[in-house]
Amino acid sequence: MTTDNETTSPLAQREYKYGFVSDVETEEFPRGLSEDIVRRISAVKNEPEFVLDFRLKAYRHWLTLTEPTWAQVEYPLVDFQAIQYYSAPKNKGDGPKSLSEIDPELLATFNRLGIPLGEQQRISGVAVDVVFDSVSLGTTHQAELEELGVIFCSLSEAIQNHPELVKKYLGKVVPYKDNYYATLNSAVFTDGSFCYIPKGVRCPLDLSTYFRINAAGTGQFERTLLIADSDSYVSYLEGCTAPQRDENQLHAAVVELIAMDNAQIKYSTVQNWYAGNAEGKGGIYNFVTKRGLCQGKNSRISWTQVEAGSAITWKYPSCILQGDGSRGEFYSVALTNNKMQADTGTKMIHIGKNTKSRIISKGISAEESSNTYRGLVKIMPSAEGARNHSQCDSLLVGDKCSANTYPYIEVKNNTAVIEHEATTSKISGEQIFYLKSRGLEEEQAIGLLLNGFCKEVFKELPLEFSVEAVKLLEMKLEGSVG
Amino acid sequence: MLNIENLHVRVEEKEVLKGLNLHIKAGEIHAIMGPNGSGKSTLSKVIAGHPEYTVTSGSITYDVNFRPKNVLEMQPDERARNGLFLAFQYPVEIPGIPNVEFLRAAFNAVCKHQGVDPMETKAFDAFVREKAKMLEIDSSFLDRELNVDLSGGEKKRNEILQMAVLNPRLALLDETDSGLDVDSLRIVSEGVNKLKTEDNAIVMITHYHRILNYIKPDFVHVLADGRIVRSGDVSLALEIEDRGYDWLLN
Repeated sequence: MTTDNETTSPLAQREYKYGFVSDVETEEFPRGLSEDIVRRISAVKNEPEFVLDFRLKAYRHWLTLTEPTWAQVEYPLVDFQAIQYYSAPKNKGDGPKSLSEIDPELLATFNRLGIPLGEQQRISGVAVDVVFDSVSLGTTHQAELEELGVIFCSLSEAIQNHPELVKKYLGKVVPYKDNYYATLNSAVFTDGSFCYIPKGVRCPLDLSTYFRINAAGTGQFERTLLIADSDSYVSYLEGCTAPQRDENQLHAAVVELIAMDNAQIKYSTVQNWYAGNAEGKGGIYNFVTKRGLCQGKNSRISWTQVEAGSAITWKYPSCILQGDGSRGEFYSVALTNNKMQADTGTKMIHIGKNTKSRIISKGISAEESSNTYRGLVKIMPSAEGARNHSQCDSLLVGDKCSANTYPYIEVKNNTAVIEHEATTSKISGEQIFYLKSRGLEEEQAIGLLLNGFCKEVFKELPLEFSVEAVKLLEMKLEGSVG
Repeated sequence: MLNIENLHVRVEEKEVLKGLNLHIKAGEIHAIMGPNGSGKSTLSKVIAGHPEYTVTSGSITYDVNFRPKNVLEMQPDERARNGLFLAFQYPVEIPGIPNVEFLRAAFNAVCKHQGVDPMETKAFDAFVREKAKMLEIDSSFLDRELNVDLSGGEKKRNEILQMAVLNPRLALLDETDSGLDVDSLRIVSEGVNKLKTEDNAIVMITHYHRILNYIKPDFVHVLADGRIVRSGDVSLALEIEDRGYDWLLN
């Protein structure tokens, strides 16, 4: 990583409207990673002993690991000593306060991002937790949720106010030894969202976290923990953006979901981190571990993601189907353009009887980008009657891009039924001409084609997200279809 | 309505049209016939604005608001919104998009251009169903993906459904008759005849005489080696049916 702080030219901003930088005073730690930094993060957050222990175990384990290289992505090894592990807007470092006390510059930032936080303009029907660099700024609609017994707050707040829940579940689905980036996250995570839905509650609001990286040279290491108790339901949305900078920035997050008996979690992401410029300079390295545990009987977890940003995406939202009759779903649209690289997919681990999984992956690659689907379906000996259906479609735009599909299937119980389909197609000039010859403008024509290709995934997104997702993809592909 | 003067067109490095002239007035039906490779489809693609065809000289003008406008300066979508329509010889498959949704998007693009409000989904559904009925198209067809897994004949019928919905001023039918069985040909032709008024014009490109039994052209032109070599009335088509093209080529 370079230490070049310059943001790229205003001309390039046309393509990425979230590329601005907010001018806020911050409290920052010096660059570099050491046991001392890990201890300082824990101290500044006034954490109980068990959290510090977790961090230190992770840090010591991380020192023994080497960065993985199996993904189909290329980048210079990350210099972990050049990264800053903590950056927080001033006054917020000592723990979250009420949203009404937020720096007006920050409110303006989130207004520009389309996430109004002011009491008056808040989006109805969605409770939002906003994470800015290393800390959560606050959470909307908290009182409304409390009445139902729903806990929705920043992870830091949860560590203070609900340590018993955090202690019970932190690292349960993604243990600190899990993988290189998850281990790093376990050592240095600074904030994230926490959510607990009590038994029998159908959460009436969509819960949402919006992640914003602002400071230069900073990594974002957030951690989200979501527990749906028996017979509960929650729909959770996640959005991300970052300023346009010439340097690469690291985002290594961990998300853990746990669903008890008959509980259902729908987790949707629209990821639009800055992806670098047309020459491939700058952009976020998005190295994320997301995993859900269907612990209870007939529980259900579905991941829906629209991955449209980041210079490099390395991400495999997965489900461990432990409870009998549980179900895991993965719906993904991954778009790469310019020199972006994405290696993304899922893992479905069938343990319980009659567990089902469904994978629908749509990869769109344009220009010189590389787009890889990597998925594992594993049927354990105990998983009597398991079923999986996977469908992986790739759409190529132009002829310099590449698309790869690596489906791994391991079956240890012969009652399993597994289906896998894969297709590769191209947006052709003929399709565009046909649609234009009926009066549709080029953008509209491309939008229609993308919509058609991604339909099965978009219909899983909450409505406001799906409109946004179509617009985002159209904007990204503008000018790249010939 | 449409005037083509001394049109020369290249596709890749090859000159396909070599000085073509054609004049079409409102209310007329023209048939363009000719042997394979004579440039018939090129002509229709150029009028519609296909990007792979380069006009090297000559002009095409089309009346917009009673004034001739240089078609070559208009984008294909702009041409379409101004009432030019090409029924494709090989309609393109668009997966994932239901027919009716596509038709509504196209119809509303024209509405927007004309400054009228888009039609409500429900009203549009009724409107499309009526057009489909006229062409004896089963309404289940409307919910299918645009041209995906349709037979050749169904695709051609779908093109005419689009024509019925968009109600163009100038329709170019590029070999709409090929691939249609006798019954389909009759239904499609009757549909086209119903759409014909004094204010619009139709150009049929065809290999065969048989469609001319249903849609009566005012003029028949023979296109050979990139030029119109003979124009006449419907008797010219009958003569070609009889004698082939060879006698016209020398």
